[in-house]
Amino acid sequence: MASTTTTAVPAMSRPSRPGLARRIRWTERIAEGLVLLVSLVSILSVLLILIFVGKEALPVLFSPEVHREVTPGAMVLPYADAGYMWQPVSDVPKYNILPLFVGTLKVTLVALFVSVPLSVGAAVYVCEFAPRAAREYIKPAIELLAGIPSVVIGFFALIVLATWVQRVFGVEHRLNALVAGFGLAFAVCPVIFSVSEDALRAVPDSYRTAALALGSTRSQTLLRVILPAAAPGIAAAIVLGFGRAIGETMIVVLASGNAALLDADLGHSIRTVTATIAQELGEVVVGSAHYHVLFALGALLFLSTLGVNVVGERIVFRMRRRMGGP
Amino acid sequence: MTIAVKTGQIRRRPNVADRTLIGLTGLATLIILAMLAVVLGDVIIGGWSVLSWHFLSEAPRDGMTKGGIFPAIFGTVALTLLMTIVAVPAGVATAVYLSEYAPADSRLARVIRICIANLAGVPSIVFGLFGLGFFIATVGHGIDTVAYGGQPTYGKPSLIWAALTLAILTLPVVVVSTEEALKSVPRELRDGSLALGATKFQTILRVVLPQALGGIMTGGILAVSRGAGEVAPIMFTGAAYFLPYLPTHLNDQFMNLGYHVYVLATQSPDVDRTKPLLYGTVLVLLLLTFMLNIVAVVVRARFRKRMAAAR
Repeated sequence: MASTTTTAVPAMSRPSRPGLARRIRWTERIAEGLVLLVSLVSILSVLLILIFVGKEALPVLFSPEVHREVTPGAMVLPYADAGYMWQPVSDVPKYNILPLFVGTLKVTLVALFVSVPLSVGAAVYVCEFAPRAAREYIKPAIELLAGIPSVVIGFFALIVLATWVQRVFGVEHRLNALVAGFGLAFAVCPVIFSVSEDALRAVPDSYRTAALALGSTRSQTLLRVILPAAAPGIAAAIVLGFGRAIGETMIVVLASGNAALLDADLGHSIRTVTATIAQELGEVVVGSAHYHVLFALGALLFLSTLGVNVVGERIVFRMRRRMGGP
Repeated sequence: MTIAVKTGQIRRRPNVADRTLIGLTGLATLIILAMLAVVLGDVIIGGWSVLSWHFLSEAPRDGMTKGGIFPAIFGTVALTLLMTIVAVPAGVATAVYLSEYAPADSRLARVIRICIANLAGVPSIVFGLFGLGFFIATVGHGIDTVAYGGQPTYGKPSLIWAALTLAILTLPVVVVSTEEALKSVPRELRDGSLALGATKFQTILRVVLPQALGGIMTGGILAVSRGAGEVAPIMFTGAAYFLPYLPTHLNDQFMNLGYHVYVLATQSPDVDRTKPLLYGTVLVLLLLTFMLNIVAVVVRARFRKRMAAAR
């Protein structure tokens, strides 16, 4: 396409100024080279994140110095005297990471339980039922929700949501998994909404018209034709929302109560993996066992979100190809 | 465009099931919109009375229970400016490579795309760990060893490291938005320019990029808005609880609106006394990020409309 036209350029300028063609060619090459070089920054960044988070995390597996204080086994098995306990700052530091992962899972499940029906429902409404004029306001408004900084949502959850949750559910502790999960839903909803909306939009109009022409009602069309066709995309949306939820930091730091308890009660305070890193890394001695354990938590977090995102993106990609979209 | 019958044109009287479904999904939409409204409403009501010239122009006093938040505003602006200077050119160049230079079946382009997508999914706290481990402990420490005789000058939390960490975090925002804009520039414009004898780079610089300016600006604005609101990546890479002076060098620490909110909300001995300040700070942060977001949404909507009309 474009390459066939570019070859004409040097040919045209050659007769008038002989040196110009070469100079132009060199500028072109240098420009393309620079653009290429800068675009490698993204690859470099991902590699550097892997290397430098990994570098500080690996001593947990291999350094005998760290093993004097904590071994990988001790991080998952219960302590004989204290059980599953995360208490890195004490005379005998305890590094059991299970309470942290269970905490993350608890808030994430609460957040998904709230945001999946809401955001998939909203996506269906916007795509299938909303009058066109309303659609043009609803979509940007939900995009704006995604633009609220998470520390603001965390603050809101801490001051307002916590009071509401205590009043409605009568929980004992003001800050708990429910409050943090509801707060998290504010951040997760826009993610699930926009990916689901894309998925629904990718379903060709011919599916709808065919179903309606065959005599189905609108609800039959939606439930039997459109939703099944968009199902992989909606699944991807939920997966990506999950990834967003486990990685979110400021909301859970402010609203979860930050007590590393291991139980299934949603009314109890919890401490997530992200909140642990955020609150402890500032005070830790660089190079200590605690420092390396925090980086190991970060590495685990990084790998799990990476896995989650790869799965999500793959589903979206496949679905687009099948629907013949962009 | 295909000649498709629009769904809305087939009118069928909704039955009970249809109505229930429309009602339920409409309710879901309303609830999400209400979430937006309730956060905005609460912050505006709580923070409005606190806003004043003094609040915006003074430093915190009396253990941060009185005074204003000027250093935090200054720090946030300085941080996001520095971040933008790095993230926007890098992001635009990446998008230009992906959409203008890379061959359609390019392996490299695919790898870059995968990296961008993954970068966008990395939790922000991991960027904080990365900034600490790479920029401060490795690059900064290296600079100190070579140029400052081991004196900690750059090997500590600083404005520049926080800004670079944020630049990597916001890179995907710029790339995605710019690429979308570049794709919407009609092929005929490129062909016309090339046919007139312009080189490829001249075409990109003088024809394609100006046409895509709306999308590029949207990306930049969204990146600034995102960067201004992030706290987790800068906690360990440069933000300070309280500083009696404004940052003047790249290796100074700085105060930041989002971090200030976190500090006031968690570390204050007397939450009731700091609550008005807290609301005020949140409102300023929200105004800053939200205004930028609204601008971005409007610019994008206009841009899309124009592009649709051009086709």
